[in-house]
Amino acid sequence: MNSEVNSMHELATQGDASFDRNLIPEDLYVPPDALIVILQAFTGPLDLLLYLIRRQNLDILDIPIAEVTKQYVAYIDMMTTMRLELAGDYLVMSATLAQIKSSMLLPRAREDVDDEKDPRAELVQRLLEYEAFKHAAGELDELPRMERDTFPIHANYDERLVKVTPSPVAMRELLLAYSDVLERVRLVKDYEVSPEQISVEKRMEIVLNRVRESADYLSFNEFLEEAENRELLVATFLAILELVKEGQIVLVQHEKFAPIFVGAANSAS
Amino acid sequence: MPAINEIKQIVEALLLVSDSPLTQQQIINVLEEDPDKHQELLELVPRALYLIEQECETRPYELKEVKSGFRLQIRSEMSSWVARLLRHTPRKYSQATLETLVLIAYRQPITRGEIEQVRGVGVNTNTLRNLMDRGWIRELGTRESPGRPMTYGTTTAFLDYFGLRSLDELPEILEANELSVPITELGIDNPPKLSSDSPDDKSDSKRAHEPSSD
Repeated sequence: MNSEVNSMHELATQGDASFDRNLIPEDLYVPPDALIVILQAFTGPLDLLLYLIRRQNLDILDIPIAEVTKQYVAYIDMMTTMRLELAGDYLVMSATLAQIKSSMLLPRAREDVDDEKDPRAELVQRLLEYEAFKHAAGELDELPRMERDTFPIHANYDERLVKVTPSPVAMRELLLAYSDVLERVRLVKDYEVSPEQISVEKRMEIVLNRVRESADYLSFNEFLEEAENRELLVATFLAILELVKEGQIVLVQHEKFAPIFVGAANSAS
Repeated sequence: MPAINEIKQIVEALLLVSDSPLTQQQIINVLEEDPDKHQELLELVPRALYLIEQECETRPYELKEVKSGFRLQIRSEMSSWVARLLRHTPRKYSQATLETLVLIAYRQPITRGEIEQVRGVGVNTNTLRNLMDRGWIRELGTRESPGRPMTYGTTTAFLDYFGLRSLDELPEILEANELSVPITELGIDNPPKLSSDSPDDKSDSKRAHEPSSD
């Protein structure tokens, strides 16, 4: 089988270097520019073979195998010449045809004729089977189908209208749901206010006012201890640092580890 | 129980509003307020559907029964106008795709190898994937043979799309043994069996549950 494929391949590619028009039977002529389109129109070797048989009105049950093989190989040749990528399936078919052709040339004893299968039988069976499905595929394509021949029709309706179902319970439930929402809104509001309480800017204002209003220095520790929570403590600390940086207040310490005092900048001379 | 005319109106309203085809059972379920009336509805709903079908004859749409139920659809004579409104170009399917689809429809459960055997050419993976994406075919399970190949079958969506009630409504296949010359004269022992053994959905699902454990 393998050597047959090889020899057929040689046969199929022999016209590669220069396209030999003489290889193509007269009645097979097609304009060169239409060639690619036509060749690509075949879905496979069976399709091509079927085309060759049907277009010449040959009897599919009595295929002149030598003639058909010649034409088939000529087509394969054209494909090779056009440098179309050739599916291996086409070469396998070439081999099959060559095999059938050679076995038909073998002489057979008269009495054997009835018993022996026609070498073409299997191929004919495949061709007929393929043709049946090819035909069915065409029929399927003709069936009226969605998005081409028909469209489902649809009436628009307002879903909201359909869903409202008033009942004695509904109003009570609605009120309960409403109060739930109110409660949630209240909680959300409280939560949103809290970050403002610990704004560093606000703390700076408070610290600065207190320092300025006081005649004396104020204890740094007391400032921090006033903070009610961790966030406020951090904010106060940052506020003091920021004010020192801006030069609005000064921090003084008489000696190491001694209490630190906060005072207004102008009174720190 | 409402009169037949009222039932007809309700059924038509349901068909108009539904996104997908409705079965008689689905329609009865909606109409059935009193279980005692079930028997009556079993008679009334088909009558209502018949009346709707009759009335549609003067309309640009028709009542169509497909695999998953009844639907109202635009008549094909109107489709080109509808397509213009929707600026819709119908998609075309290649010969290879149609052949593959038709083989799966008639021969399910079928393996990829079996499709290739009949078509005489390798099946492009994209062809199967596109059909799968389209929702027309699905994997049915694995075949208990060497390599445990996947088998494929068509779906309800496929039948709905092509306006079919069942696989039996697929176009008839030209049988090899219907030819004028008996194929057996050529020494063929087993003439190809085609539509005669096209499976119904039941055998589908049975095969779908072929043991595929381990």
